[in-house]
Amino acid sequence: MPNDQAPLALPDQPAPSPPILVRLPAVLVNLFPGAERRVELSVSTVADLIEALDGRWPGMGDRLCDSTPAIRRHINVFVDGERATLQTRLAPGADVFILTAMSGG
Amino acid sequence: MSQRVVILIGTRKGAFIVDGDAERRSWALSGPFCETWPINHVVADPLTRTIYAGGGNSWFGPAVWKSTDMGATWSHSSEGLAYEAGLEPIKSVWSLAFRAGRLYAGVEPAGLFCSDDGGQTWRHVAGLQKHPTRPNWQPGGAGLILHSIVLHPDDPRQIWVAMSAVGVFHTADGGETWEPRNQGTRNDYMPEGQRYPEFGQCVHSLVMAPGMSDRLYQQNHCGMYRSDDGGRTWQSIEAGLPSSFGFPAAVHPRDPASLYLVPLNGDTAGRYVPEGKAAVWRTRDGGDHWQALRAGLPQKNAFFGVLRQAMATDPVDPVGIYFGTSSGSLYASADDGDRWTAIVEHLPTIQSVETLVVGA
Repeated sequence: MPNDQAPLALPDQPAPSPPILVRLPAVLVNLFPGAERRVELSVSTVADLIEALDGRWPGMGDRLCDSTPAIRRHINVFVDGERATLQTRLAPGADVFILTAMSGG
Repeated sequence: MSQRVVILIGTRKGAFIVDGDAERRSWALSGPFCETWPINHVVADPLTRTIYAGGGNSWFGPAVWKSTDMGATWSHSSEGLAYEAGLEPIKSVWSLAFRAGRLYAGVEPAGLFCSDDGGQTWRHVAGLQKHPTRPNWQPGGAGLILHSIVLHPDDPRQIWVAMSAVGVFHTADGGETWEPRNQGTRNDYMPEGQRYPEFGQCVHSLVMAPGMSDRLYQQNHCGMYRSDDGGRTWQSIEAGLPSSFGFPAAVHPRDPASLYLVPLNGDTAGRYVPEGKAAVWRTRDGGDHWQALRAGLPQKNAFFGVLRQAMATDPVDPVGIYFGTSSGSLYASADDGDRWTAIVEHLPTIQSVETLVVGA
């Protein structure tokens, strides 16, 4: 018997982008009950990433950025191994580490 | 339930709470709190016993921490605690004060904020920054810090603030407009003939006498002073004291003529207690005469100082006095300063000391 079922026609959609994987330092996560060390987000810049973190855990944005606005002086954001600014763009699947700098006394 | 005194301590490495018994003889320490952030000031709302701790962390910036269960759990917020974009960001919270449901915060760089929802959100009291002298404010050794907030007990429009190396400012309209109130206080670091400027004096501590809202006392980098007209004019009260330099000042809870100071040996001499001998100096006549209180305090080889917010009294009779040292000791007297005991030792550098009375 011939197979009379036509192949399923799919709309022309882009494949879903892999999310950004963000690692947060324990000393930050400790300030926000329920916050997680590893977060997956779909965002396109570091500024958007921090806004998304602030949406999940209100106040986290203030801990990472000052009112300049800029990433705080003793906070480092690395995107695919390179130190980033708020304006740095994030490619799909980018690897992001947020780290505290060597600081204190 | 019997009444007891709780001492709230801010240190370079977190907040601590010292819980006393009814006799003020036995003390129990808890902490460190606030994730060991540098905490410059810890205060409590006596009605709700909510504790607020202001500070700033070199990684995460400024925040006010809050505990509604006497330190068991804490949350923090800095929402709205920011200057406009492009200005130098706030580094730290330096002082807190509470009046009729409104919490005030003094910050570095010097400015004043307030919160009407228990520290969750903050609003800039922007008038102070708009003062025409603002472009000429210079930081002191600890930075451009607003470290003292004095709230009028009856008039919600009146506030005095004190800023290191800037001086005392007063508002009579809730913070819209401000005027410097430094007439009669000295700045030894200006050329001869210019040592009594309108602003630029390095006030270290500002306090109000109980029951006399026009009487203020200040410990300055350059002298000790009393004002009987709300800070419009100041008179030196340093005669009889071992130096003109020190940081904290604390008032008696009921007697407007009593004041407690801890003079240090001088700003270029180490800023220790003079000759390595610790003393609190007490006046009972508004600063005309002084008495050194030394019983129980170290009288040799003491090389510590006491910082600007690190001395407080309690409202008990006889009055209790407490001070914390740069070397991490907390001394207490339960008899108006006549005898002293070290009730906590080995803390980080103590930034601030305040008291709270709990129990009926």
